[in-house]
Amino acid sequence: MNNTDIKRITPKNITDKEFFYGHKACAGCGGSIAVRLALKVLGERTFAVLPAGCMSAVGFIFPQMAFVNNAIISTFPGSASMASGVSVGARALGLKDYKTVVFAGDGGTADIGLQALSGAIDRNEDIIYVCYDNEAYMNTGIQKSGLTPFGTKTTTTPAGKNIHGAQSFKKNMFEIMAAHEIAYAATASIGYPQDYIDKINRAKHTKGTSFIHVYASCPTGWGIPTETTVQIAKEAVDSGLFYLAEYQNRKFKLNKNPKSFFSAKDYLLKQARFKHLTDDDINIIEQQRDEKWEYMREHWK
Amino acid sequence: MSNKKLFISGDEAVAIGTKLSRPNVISAYPITPQTVTVERLSEMVESGELKAEYMHVESEHSAMSAAMGVSAVGARAFTATSSQGLLYMAEGLHYASGGRYPIVMMNANRSLALPWSIYGDQRDSLSLLDSGWIQVYVEDAQEALDMIIQAYKIAENKDVLTPFMINLDGFVLTHTYELVEIPEQEKVDEFLPPFQTPNKMSFEEPKNLAFSTTPADNLEYKYQQNRAMFNSINVINDVDKEFGDKFERYYGGMVQEYRCDDAEVVMLTLGSITGTVRMIVDKLRDEGKKVGLLKIRYMRPFPEKEIIKLAKNVKAIGVVEKDISFGYEGTVFTNVNSALSKIDNAPLSLNFLCGMGGRDVSKSDIYNMFISLFNAVKGEKQKRVQFINMGVETDE
Ligand SMILES: Cc1ncc(C[n+]2csc(CCOP(=O)(O)OP(=O)(O)O)c2C)c(N)n1
Ligand code: SF4
Ligand SMILES: [Mg+2]
Repeated sequence: MNNTDIKRITPKNITDKEFFYGHKACAGCGGSIAVRLALKVLGERTFAVLPAGCMSAVGFIFPQMAFVNNAIISTFPGSASMASGVSVGARALGLKDYKTVVFAGDGGTADIGLQALSGAIDRNEDIIYVCYDNEAYMNTGIQKSGLTPFGTKTTTTPAGKNIHGAQSFKKNMFEIMAAHEIAYAATASIGYPQDYIDKINRAKHTKGTSFIHVYASCPTGWGIPTETTVQIAKEAVDSGLFYLAEYQNRKFKLNKNPKSFFSAKDYLLKQARFKHLTDDDINIIEQQRDEKWEYMREHWK
Repeated sequence: MSNKKLFISGDEAVAIGTKLSRPNVISAYPITPQTVTVERLSEMVESGELKAEYMHVESEHSAMSAAMGVSAVGARAFTATSSQGLLYMAEGLHYASGGRYPIVMMNANRSLALPWSIYGDQRDSLSLLDSGWIQVYVEDAQEALDMIIQAYKIAENKDVLTPFMINLDGFVLTHTYELVEIPEQEKVDEFLPPFQTPNKMSFEEPKNLAFSTTPADNLEYKYQQNRAMFNSINVINDVDKEFGDKFERYYGGMVQEYRCDDAEVVMLTLGSITGTVRMIVDKLRDEGKKVGLLKIRYMRPFPEKEIIKLAKNVKAIGVVEKDISFGYEGTVFTNVNSALSKIDNAPLSLNFLCGMGGRDVSKSDIYNMFISLFNAVKGEKQKRVQFINMGVETDE
């Protein structure tokens, strides 16, 4: 999409101000990076709404509040509806020049919060919905969500002799959002921070509902060294298992279209959650990836 | 000068009471028999008569969730629901009271599935008695309208800051028409100033709300919530007086007594059935029987003090309710008996369960309830919990 009309935020001019600190996230938490960067772009006139999930659990432990800006925890299914109420309530009081943002996990977005999110997009609420995707219900101890990929070992999809972890594929959240003809939707990764910042900035300047699906690694749930968080989120994109794209004005756009992929097998097997995968399992994953890319390359120019 | 009167239904009275209270945002989802209220409110927003935002939420869960968002930025929120919808927002009910968001909600009392039934009873709201909401039960459309206005004043009081549920019997009140006096907007504005709360997010004073606590702090929050509910008793009584002084309608605050002064047998009621019981009280009084009626207006906070005061001078108390807690008895009855247990020589008490799923309750049914109470006073054994108007014989 055309970003030329918006003043770009780069490492050179991004604010030194921090809006999310003193929280209790694990070392190397990708979700907390997603929240931190987004708030630097959105600024202090922002209401943040977070459903139950890791980011609310680590950020609001009384009396140690981790948000400098206004923030509130919603019910687990109710982040998009509470954010709608915040946005509409502030407008009804005559407030100007403010943003309302949701930071919700993959489970809070693709599963239990999907109905409220769909309703908010239908009403074209002036909110930005950021889904930080760590591919499981982390806060409750790594259970399978609708965005858990095929083959993942979680505490509810054990990897045994009979079943090798999760047997369903990731729900296609980005296209589900696009199917609503949402004002703006994008996928991003904390492994590509400039791209993510640009997309948050685009959402900030979009009237109506925006949705950003950001891939956000979780060392605790994935079984990776904490210092590899950003690297692994980059490799997910480079291996083609996640993709960077945008949707606006009924058009899809692939932001990154690599000629060749980083080895999916390497990406997978360095994570404890995928250690059990057989070559057959990896073939299934690669085949699914290739079909997806064939489709995207043909339809999303 | 005579005040404006309109021939309207209970649902319409609620809509007008809401309009007069100037909410900033309405978020609601339709369900019979609440629908007329939200339809009228939509029309008022469309015509500009009501300057509010109407949010077409996709469910009751979202209606409550949105209302909390509205309240959390210091705006006035209204919602309305019934039955399945009320249960669907159950998570939000506890959340709103814990968060101290003074949302006002109309609940059209309706039966709960299964079996499906759109008709009235009080099992929906009574099953959520512990959700931390103030619960009032009204008797007619006028009281419904007046209580919406009072509700905001009570709920938003800084010593209360507790959400408020106005219950009116499905169909019997929501869909029947009566002449209702409409308060003047100017006078309502004098009575109910705009919403002010310290408990909000703002750019002048940013806050992190709806946080979590460890076991080291949680109990203090629950204690405060309970205190606020008790604080509301004085506020309820004061607001009733202030409303009466201004609009010439007093409701009695926590309860309303009828011919209780020298009564030996008193029936306790909840909601619209009060009108019928009042007629039977008159009839029995004509027959020389010393009977009275205590209309329980508030179930939370509970009018314990008022019930105890009355109970000290009577021989028998009947509790009529459109509700049952399976495996025990009527919930109102349990609450009343809890109050009675705090006095020596408490009167005997009987429970009359009726009207569930919209089953008719006739005047003669109520007459017979009083007879049963008199028989009990005489020492004849009566069933403690009686199902009124059962279509089949029971083998108990
Ligand atoms: C209605 C409801 N059901 C279940 C829960 C329990 N719960 C809290 S957080 C959570 C998982 C959150 O997963 P996700 O949205 O992916 O966020 P993450 O913890 O991974 O950041 C669950 C299941 C809840 N709080 N509310
Ligand atoms: S479990 Fe994962 S998502 Fe949750 S705080 Fe730790 S690293 Fe972050
Ligand atoms: Mg998750």
